[in-house]
Amino acid sequence: MSYLKIDHVDKSFQRGAATTEVLKDISLVIDKGEFVSIIGHSGCGKSTLLNIVAGLTPATSGGILLEGKEVNAPGPDRAVVFQNHSLLPWLTVYDNVALAVNKVFGSSKSRAERHGWIMHNLDLVQMAHAKDKRPAEISGGMKQRVGIARGLAMEPKILLLDEPFGALDALTRAHLQDSVMQIHAALGNTMIMITHDVDEAVLLSDRIVMMSNGPSARIGEVLDVRLARPRKRLELVSDRTYIGAREAVLKFLYERHRFVEAA
Amino acid sequence: MGQPVLKDTIAGATVVTLPGKPPEVVSLPAATSKPLGAKLAGWAKAAMVNLLPPLITVALILLFWQLAAHGPQSSLPTPTKIWEEAKDLIVEPFYWAGSQDIGLGWRILVSLQRVAIGFSLAAVVGVLLGALVGQSVWAMRGLDPVFQVLRTVPPLAWLPLSLAAFRDSQPSAIFVIFITAIWPIIINTAVGIRNIPQDYRNVAKVLRLNQVEFFFKIMVPSAAPYIFTGLRIGVGLSWLAIVAAEMLTGGVGIGFFIWDAWNSSRLSDIIVALVYIGVVGFLLDRLVALLGHVVTRGTATH
Ligand SMILES: Nc1ncnc2c1ncn2[C@@H]1O[C@H](COP(=O)(O)OP(=O)(O)O)[C@@H](O)[C@H]1O
Ligand SMILES: [Mg+2]
Repeated sequence: MSYLKIDHVDKSFQRGAATTEVLKDISLVIDKGEFVSIIGHSGCGKSTLLNIVAGLTPATSGGILLEGKEVNAPGPDRAVVFQNHSLLPWLTVYDNVALAVNKVFGSSKSRAERHGWIMHNLDLVQMAHAKDKRPAEISGGMKQRVGIARGLAMEPKILLLDEPFGALDALTRAHLQDSVMQIHAALGNTMIMITHDVDEAVLLSDRIVMMSNGPSARIGEVLDVRLARPRKRLELVSDRTYIGAREAVLKFLYERHRFVEAA
Repeated sequence: MGQPVLKDTIAGATVVTLPGKPPEVVSLPAATSKPLGAKLAGWAKAAMVNLLPPLITVALILLFWQLAAHGPQSSLPTPTKIWEEAKDLIVEPFYWAGSQDIGLGWRILVSLQRVAIGFSLAAVVGVLLGALVGQSVWAMRGLDPVFQVLRTVPPLAWLPLSLAAFRDSQPSAIFVIFITAIWPIIINTAVGIRNIPQDYRNVAKVLRLNQVEFFFKIMVPSAAPYIFTGLRIGVGLSWLAIVAAEMLTGGVGIGFFIWDAWNSSRLSDIIVALVYIGVVGFLLDRLVALLGHVVTRGTATH
């Protein structure tokens, strides 16, 4: 049985009398523990698709099945790491994670266990040292780390990441990618990550889902990345499989589905 | 300072000497000076920069007033005359010599108590109604026009109605405070709630926060800067309203004191009371602003 199934999802947005079809007939099956990237040009509907999986946006038709059961409302079993971190600025790093942990495990874990779990997750992303800081006092990369810790702390069935490193500089991004790879290896989470960075997609994913341009974006191609784990960024630079995968994605994006800018 | 350190002439270069003083070099503070001393000096300087200008302004106003109201046919008492006539009111705010012969401090406290009750009610109801209006499109469409009309009604226009309803001056005065302060609180809260970023709402949805949790954990902190703007306007209006309401309802408040003083032609007392009212109004405003500053320190630096 499939773990997560995106089943014939269509999505159109209604604005007044005008209807724009954003997603057309998206179907995808994801196995437990898989790391899947979604790549596509800006505006093609990647966030919309992720939000439908998260339950934050309703699909126009079709649906999402998680372990065989339909899900159509948001919940902590599908945690989201948002592009702009969306930490609550009036809470400390610790309290941001605590908000999630207390809500999700309020009845199943004791106070001490919850504290331990919060610190464990902050440790996972190497942010325990900044637990008493407020989001405004830490860097963009650190905020994303805390956002990931908050997502992981919900112990979700699937972790959804919407361009989590999009706003970060290359060096910070590489550090965070390594952290995510380690976490994925250690915990075996199922993850869907949106990205527009080809290297990031190839480095992290088991499969790369390439979306065609909107409107009415579809899944253009799905690429299996047959690279052994653990993966080392430096060793991969000259790896044939890596180079091949990278080339395939680049070709898809820049030859077959060129981004036509409206301007 | 004052010791010329630079040489007037430097070998090879012509230095144009300005007429008058030799060039001066500002000496840096000695490296051995104590940090505490420097800190105190800093505070003293800040106090001087912030306090001196208003003090000078007040002194100038008093002086001008003294000169302008000096003539025998002037109807306004001069500052010195006020001091002679109302010295006890100024120097002894908390004396008690009978039910209507009490210090202005007591009267202010009575008025403040009414404001506290009316304003607290307005704050609670205003934030709740504001949350409703900001949260629901239909409540907004239905209620906002009503609020916009009602908020323009002057505070005292409510008084006859509330006297008719409550048949007692105390609750009527409190109701006038309430109805005056509530509109800016409702409207600002609603704006704050409408401005809650979608991201925070999404976080709440993923966590499945219920209505109560969402209200206390997301809505109030996120809208706090707006709520406090509303509260600050509201407290100012409350203070305006109580003085006017007390003039009509009587009792021992500061408003009635002014009315009473007017009826017995004690202009000096009125002027002293005005100063009290102004200072207390200013302090109320600062108090709410400070509270807002403390509460929203996280949100403001987003
Ligand atoms: N709430 C909405 N209402 C109307 N149109 C929307 C809405 N959300 C997204 N869209 C449109 O859907 C398209 C896809 O958006 P999005 O999923 O954010 O793209 P991506 O994440 O791939 O950059 C865009 O053209 C966008 O304008
Ligand atoms: Mg997006």
